[in-house]
Amino acid sequence: MRRLVDIRPRRGARLLLGGLPILILLVVYLFASEMRHAANSADKVLPTFSAMGQAIQGFTTDRDPMTGRTTIVADTLASLYRLGLGLGIATVTALLLGLLLGVVPLARALLGPVIMVIAVIPPIAVLPILFIVLGLDEASKIALIAIGIGPFMTRDLAGFVAALPREQFAKAQTLGANSWQLALRVALPQLMPRLIEAVRLSIGPAWVFLIAAEAVASDVGLGYRIFLVRRYFAMDIILPYVAWISLLAIAADALLLLISRKGFAWAHGDGR
Amino acid sequence: MSALLELQDIWVEYGDKIVLERLSIAIAERSFVAVVGASGSGKSTFLRLILGQEAPTRGQVLLGGQPMRAECGADRGVVFQRYSVFPHLTALGNVMFGLECAGAPFTGRLFGASRRAAKETAMAMLAAVGLEHSLHVYPAQMSGGMQQRLAIAQALVKHPRILLLDEPFGALDPGIRLDMHELITRLWQEHGLTIVMVTHDISEAFKLGTRVLAFDKRRHDPQAPHRFGATVTYDLPLDRKTFPPAALVEALGDPDPQPSLLQ
Repeated sequence: MRRLVDIRPRRGARLLLGGLPILILLVVYLFASEMRHAANSADKVLPTFSAMGQAIQGFTTDRDPMTGRTTIVADTLASLYRLGLGLGIATVTALLLGLLLGVVPLARALLGPVIMVIAVIPPIAVLPILFIVLGLDEASKIALIAIGIGPFMTRDLAGFVAALPREQFAKAQTLGANSWQLALRVALPQLMPRLIEAVRLSIGPAWVFLIAAEAVASDVGLGYRIFLVRRYFAMDIILPYVAWISLLAIAADALLLLISRKGFAWAHGDGR
Repeated sequence: MSALLELQDIWVEYGDKIVLERLSIAIAERSFVAVVGASGSGKSTFLRLILGQEAPTRGQVLLGGQPMRAECGADRGVVFQRYSVFPHLTALGNVMFGLECAGAPFTGRLFGASRRAAKETAMAMLAAVGLEHSLHVYPAQMSGGMQQRLAIAQALVKHPRILLLDEPFGALDPGIRLDMHELITRLWQEHGLTIVMVTHDISEAFKLGTRVLAFDKRRHDPQAPHRFGATVTYDLPLDRKTFPPAALVEALGDPDPQPSLLQ
């Protein structure tokens, strides 16, 4: 008799197994929705799929009179702009600081504590400060995302560089590398796959900060829309929006993984 | 012949723990010095001292008659047991690394004719260690023996005055280890290298070395064992290959070192 831990599903079986819980969730939702509508035809908590379909048609065809874009396109572009810029600023800062802190012990001694202090501050608690200092426009939302994930990424990357085998640094020095070449040719290339990994892990928190900032003060954006229509119990809009946000997150994650596998094959154990 | 490397009355202490004491030794050019000793006998500290990773508490290290700074430099090459090669570079990239560092201080990369020249040099070096068919392979796809060959080629391309080997073959299969013995002996003769090799394997030390140094403590204080450091207890020149003294074999606990000695 084979042990449970030794049974490994094949690729086809794995896809089937993975799809099963999602299918069950959908079916359960369908039944629950039908039951609620049988009891009260005006129910708004669990909208039927056809009601959601109508809502989707609404926000994909209705055009915003100001921009001329449909609601969802305007919301998506606004949110992705904030998210992209916030992630970009955090990534570049974390890469430079992480490299510096990891390679130069003096820099670690100087900046390590202050970065740790910043990293433990709950970012949402800083949001009012950002609104006061930077105003209610894009800057405060982008800053929240950058501050929310930047210090964490910096610490992760600095720790990774510092944990590279000492032998590598000694070897590079015996090959004539100076400090700059050590950072550029030994630490930086090995840091890149880890950086992508850190961005992948940070996308989740980044969305949280984005939606929080949009919920508090905004006039366009995915988070703004969800919190706006919440006032009318418009679950038929909220649920598709949530699904769309998840889809965007999954796509971003898959894209980063692809970049890492293509660009840094040596780090995935199947290079050449 | 004057000594290439000279250690003069070296003491290495960590706090009140003494690791090496009264260590004086001179290493001649073109010698192959094998260093043996039990774990904790200070042989790794000795290697780090020559490498420049560590500074002596007292005494000084002379390289070619000049006091050596406690810093890794391009005049001393090294091969560690592990992590000696860069995982993000191909075999060719690993060997070219040293040439690129010297030729391009700011970008760390060579271009054009100088790059082609460096590539030629690196390919010749890789051929010398038998990796001419694995130029574009990453270390993760290589066996342990291939990785160590690569590490040797990477170090030798810089023509170091001293090559330091820190248990370089310790993690390899016995058959591969014999191939590596042949390789390092050949390279040592062909390139006129000066080698200092730390090893656990006493038969390997006597097989490869022209001189064997054994590290141990001369004195023991049962109440405070850390207050006495280790030093060279045996210093055996091997002009003709000789058997290790029985007392040394016993001290290091090698069960049967003799069969492989007379090769």
